[in-house]
Amino acid sequence: MDTFLQQLVNGLTLGCVYAVVALGYTMVYGIVQLINFAHGEVVMIGAMVAFSVITALAGSGMPPLAIVLLSLLAAIPACMLVGYTVERIAYRPLRNAPRLAPLITAIGVSIILQHVALLIWGRNYIAFPQIVRTESYVLTTSVNSATITNIQIAIIVLSVVMMAGLIALIYKTRIGIAMRATSQNAAVAGLMGINVNSVISFTFIIGAGLGAVAGVMVGSYYGIAYYQMGFLLGLKAFSAAVLGGIGNLGGAVLGGLLIGVIEAFGAGYMGDVTNVCTLNQFLPGFAAMCDANSNASLLGSNYKEVYAFVVLILVLRFRPSGLLGERVSDRA
Amino acid sequence: MTHYIDHILPAPLRKHPAVFWVGVVLIAAALAVMPFVLVSHSMTSWVRITNFAILFVFLSLGLNIVVGFAGLLDLGYIAFYAVGAYVYALLASPHFGLHLPFWVILPIGAAVACLFGVLLGAPTLKLRGDYLAIVTLGFGEIVRIFMNNLSEPINITNGPKGIATIDSIKLFGLDFGTTTRIGDFAMPGLIKYYYLLMFMLIIIIIINLRLQNSRIGRAWEAIREDELAARAMGINTINLKLLAFAMGASFGGLAGGVFAAIQGFISPESFTLTESVMILAMVVLGGMGNIWGVVVGALLLSFVPELLRYTVEPAQKALFGRQIIEAEVLRMLIFGFAMVAMMLFRPAGLLPSAVRKRELARKAD
Repeated sequence: MDTFLQQLVNGLTLGCVYAVVALGYTMVYGIVQLINFAHGEVVMIGAMVAFSVITALAGSGMPPLAIVLLSLLAAIPACMLVGYTVERIAYRPLRNAPRLAPLITAIGVSIILQHVALLIWGRNYIAFPQIVRTESYVLTTSVNSATITNIQIAIIVLSVVMMAGLIALIYKTRIGIAMRATSQNAAVAGLMGINVNSVISFTFIIGAGLGAVAGVMVGSYYGIAYYQMGFLLGLKAFSAAVLGGIGNLGGAVLGGLLIGVIEAFGAGYMGDVTNVCTLNQFLPGFAAMCDANSNASLLGSNYKEVYAFVVLILVLRFRPSGLLGERVSDRA
Repeated sequence: MTHYIDHILPAPLRKHPAVFWVGVVLIAAALAVMPFVLVSHSMTSWVRITNFAILFVFLSLGLNIVVGFAGLLDLGYIAFYAVGAYVYALLASPHFGLHLPFWVILPIGAAVACLFGVLLGAPTLKLRGDYLAIVTLGFGEIVRIFMNNLSEPINITNGPKGIATIDSIKLFGLDFGTTTRIGDFAMPGLIKYYYLLMFMLIIIIIINLRLQNSRIGRAWEAIREDELAARAMGINTINLKLLAFAMGASFGGLAGGVFAAIQGFISPESFTLTESVMILAMVVLGGMGNIWGVVVGALLLSFVPELLRYTVEPAQKALFGRQIIEAEVLRMLIFGFAMVAMMLFRPAGLLPSAVRKRELARKAD
């Protein structure tokens, strides 16, 4: 078994999830230039609703795939409703207010969503029922091999299908044209007969729908869900959106995949790279630590949550417009 | 200040300057006697709650410099508090065997927090405010992750177990951690801390008031209201934003040091996102940029949850026979709703500052 290929597979799976969540951030940002802090919570609600449906139906003797599908069918509208309501109540009245105001309501909304979820689903980690049996397949190249599970394959396929669907929606349909027009200039789009308010609502709804699916994917991949899961996930997905260039759909996908891979490699390799015995060969002074515990490392897998954030800081420092972004991010 | 009194007093007294000072003296006397009254009515825990409420006022005033004066949203403010607390804990506890005096550590803690603020602010402050918000949000979490994990290979923070038996504050030969007895008169450590905190609070409020009306304060206000125009007027916006961020961070570090000393024990659990949100809610509720408003907001949001703890939980048990909503959850819901409702209906806060009110009521272009 080779670490490189295995971490690549894991990283790409996770990256697909980040990409789908990042699409939600970037679409909203493209249209209203607002960071929807509550998006991570929408993903969490998706995971939680799916969890409830799966748990309720798990004993019913229905085929597992049908149950998962039903859970998606419940989670998506639930999240869409949340996304719509949040936009309608917390963001729309403040669309022309100073920038600080919608940021603060966004934080308020995400605290409310978290604690409403806490009231419904409790404070503890919830074990996501694994009703679809996990099967592993071995990938082999000429030099090395790795395993990929059916869940990972499903996540990757589902993400690609959703991204393709989203691109078709935005570039091939009337509502897509309206969305692009609104993102370029909302006032002029309004003059051209586009109902800007409903286009913005629609964008939030689509983003929330994608978030719901992402929530179900994360839940089934990690096997757990809890009321604060949206926070770090949202932060990473946002980093992905910034890395790719916020407001840019292709950028969100690229950024998501990159963040996923960086995180997987960080978790897989940084422990070995910063192992005190390895460091001892290059830098004096680690000898005592190496003698004490040869497995100790400075940055073990405990730090895997840190990498996305480091990427975010580096991107903001050196290329704030992101990899594919053209717009300058300090546009007022 | 005087117009609040206008409605109570008869006409001839209204404009008299002595009225104001009589009021101040009465309030000061009430605050000085309060802890003894509380202790004598066996409500010692409320002295403790008051002490922590004052600490939250410190924090809110620090965050107010960043959010209120300069208009920058900092969502990881607790990280600076954590840095200050850990600096104090590491330099004054048996963990490393160091026992530096309070006077020495406090500036170090503030300086280290300030350094973190500059490191974080420098790459992000050139960009739009949203980025700062999300980067600070991440920073708060990262600091916590490091504090949780920096216990190996070298044990620096002692990980999730935290650092215990931190030295109490000792000033002029007076140990704030123990009870002082002068004859029959006993003064518990909590009350001594109360006076110390009150004294610090007065100084911090004065600094803030002076800061707000200074050249720097006016420059911040200009940046907050229109960055482009401020730059055109010759204000170095990036440096001044960085200064606001650094000053806010050092206030946080200072409060953290005091917290570590009073509490005697710290662990990463005290420095979560929840605390950052709580402080932000205090600033927002009181009115961003309004010093007295922020003081009121912080006191309100410190005491109301404590009152809830004593009323809501027993009330639920009495009504429904079991507890449906924990006071803790209710508290967070109140914070969330307070932030949303304040922004929607009263964006300038409960006690709005005149300038801020005008600015927030104005429709942006």
